[in-house]
Amino acid sequence: MTARRSITFAFAVLLVVCLLGQAATVHRLDQMRPEKTLEEVLYVPSAKVLQRLSLGYNGLLADIYWTRAVQYFGTRLSSRTKSTRYDLLYPLLDITTDLDRNLIPAYEFGASFLTQTPPLGAGQADNAVKLLKKGVAANPEQWRLYFDLGFVYYLNLKDYAAAADAFRQAGSMPGGNPNVLPMAAASAQLGGDPRVARALWQLTYDQASQDLVRKNAQAHVRSMDLDDAVPYLESKVAQFRAQHGRNPAGWMEMARAGVLPGVPKDPAGDFYRLTADGHVLVQHPDKFPFATRGIPDTE
Amino acid sequence: MSARIRHIAFNTFREAVRDRVLYNLVFFAVLMAGASILLGQISIDIERQVVVNLGLSAVSLFGVVIAIFIGIGLVAKEIERRTLYTVLARPVRRWEFIVGKFLGLVGTLVVNTFFMALGVFAALLYVARHFERGDLSVAVALYFIVLEFVVITALALLFSSFSSPLLSAVLTFALFIVGTFAEDLRGFAAMTHGAVRGIVTVMAYLMPNFAALNVISQSAHQQPIAGSLILYNTVYAVLYAGAALAGAVLIFERRNLK
Repeated sequence: MTARRSITFAFAVLLVVCLLGQAATVHRLDQMRPEKTLEEVLYVPSAKVLQRLSLGYNGLLADIYWTRAVQYFGTRLSSRTKSTRYDLLYPLLDITTDLDRNLIPAYEFGASFLTQTPPLGAGQADNAVKLLKKGVAANPEQWRLYFDLGFVYYLNLKDYAAAADAFRQAGSMPGGNPNVLPMAAASAQLGGDPRVARALWQLTYDQASQDLVRKNAQAHVRSMDLDDAVPYLESKVAQFRAQHGRNPAGWMEMARAGVLPGVPKDPAGDFYRLTADGHVLVQHPDKFPFATRGIPDTE
Repeated sequence: MSARIRHIAFNTFREAVRDRVLYNLVFFAVLMAGASILLGQISIDIERQVVVNLGLSAVSLFGVVIAIFIGIGLVAKEIERRTLYTVLARPVRRWEFIVGKFLGLVGTLVVNTFFMALGVFAALLYVARHFERGDLSVAVALYFIVLEFVVITALALLFSSFSSPLLSAVLTFALFIVGTFAEDLRGFAAMTHGAVRGIVTVMAYLMPNFAALNVISQSAHQQPIAGSLILYNTVYAVLYAGAALAGAVLIFERRNLK
């Protein structure tokens, strides 16, 4: 081997060893400094300071902060426990929308992240209203923001009059969506009726341009349908029990006895489970994240 | 270390001094003295923090600028002036030239940082009237800043070994910025899935990591710095600089200088 080849070989080995070694050291450093990881870092809590520091690149900084907000929410959601908190979510969204007041997805999705009940969301409906009002003030031509505002008022804050007002705005404003107008009337007249809530989610599903929004709305509609279906099916099981003095062995037996017209399927299209003690459960509870009935006890 | 490397290193240091690189110390001294006196009069109870924050940030920024702008010219300038041919015509190996240049610039930065550190401690003594045990963390922060310079100098030399000074400056500065957010980069990589995750993770780990080397805020608040952090940061800087230098040598060995 010539001297030059030896040098090349030696430095190539050194390069590989050093690269691997530094990666291992960085990994170790990350473990030593967990408080410095992405999740809880809110570099600069003031949007005004950030605007000065951004040298005019506010839009780019807003995009980065919005991405941080999404990652913050997503990471906590995917590793959620009953005690999961979303303390930095609103500050991140507030900074994002201060940096770019026209970033509509930050208002829409942000409000959704904030309103979902814990641990699926922050459970901060008041902050969602603040965020959406800020969005409406900066973007008065966006009917969706009025619709989202009405949504939060109706479903989370139970302020049906304010919800009706917001829906009316969303439906009657120039460029608005007239399909929302019936919601204004329904909110004013049938405030608190679960059918209105279902119709709201259905409308969201129908109008959504984003797949994520549509899936979320679908999960809500399914969960509400499940909450309606399970008590009905359990009443039919009780009817069978009253007629035969025992619980049914399965759905087929109930269908044969004429209690049900056939084997029932849940709103996601799967067969229900019928337990020995007559309870009705779904097979895939993850398809109904917002349901309160028919979900197997995991504890 | 061979005598040849030592000579190249010493000449690099001498050249930097002749280029009046150390003049930045005058500006630094004025900055520190001005800040110490001014802040003593216009702020309440944060004089110490401001002196440490401002002093260490200035040490870091001055050093980074010197490391980048001197580092990118280490090879290019020698080629442009044709002095490289004179050096390589002697029994000096190319890798010795690279390593000597690296050590020379690091030496310059260490001397520069030493005098700046004296300025920081002098300002600290002026505002606090005495030193405390917690001030040791300022010394550790200065040591980490030197480690940062070691990595940046190696990167500047790596880029300088194959590209123009302007492009080298841009690339080194870009990596400095990326390295400052390296932890976020790895955090984002960890949130991706599938094949993308593998690619992004490798990319994230190839970037320099300056975040762990920055303990300026901790030292401003006199918080102790763990011995293990000092150890791992030292190991990291040596390994990363070693990798960058090895890359520079491999490229420079194959470079056609005709």
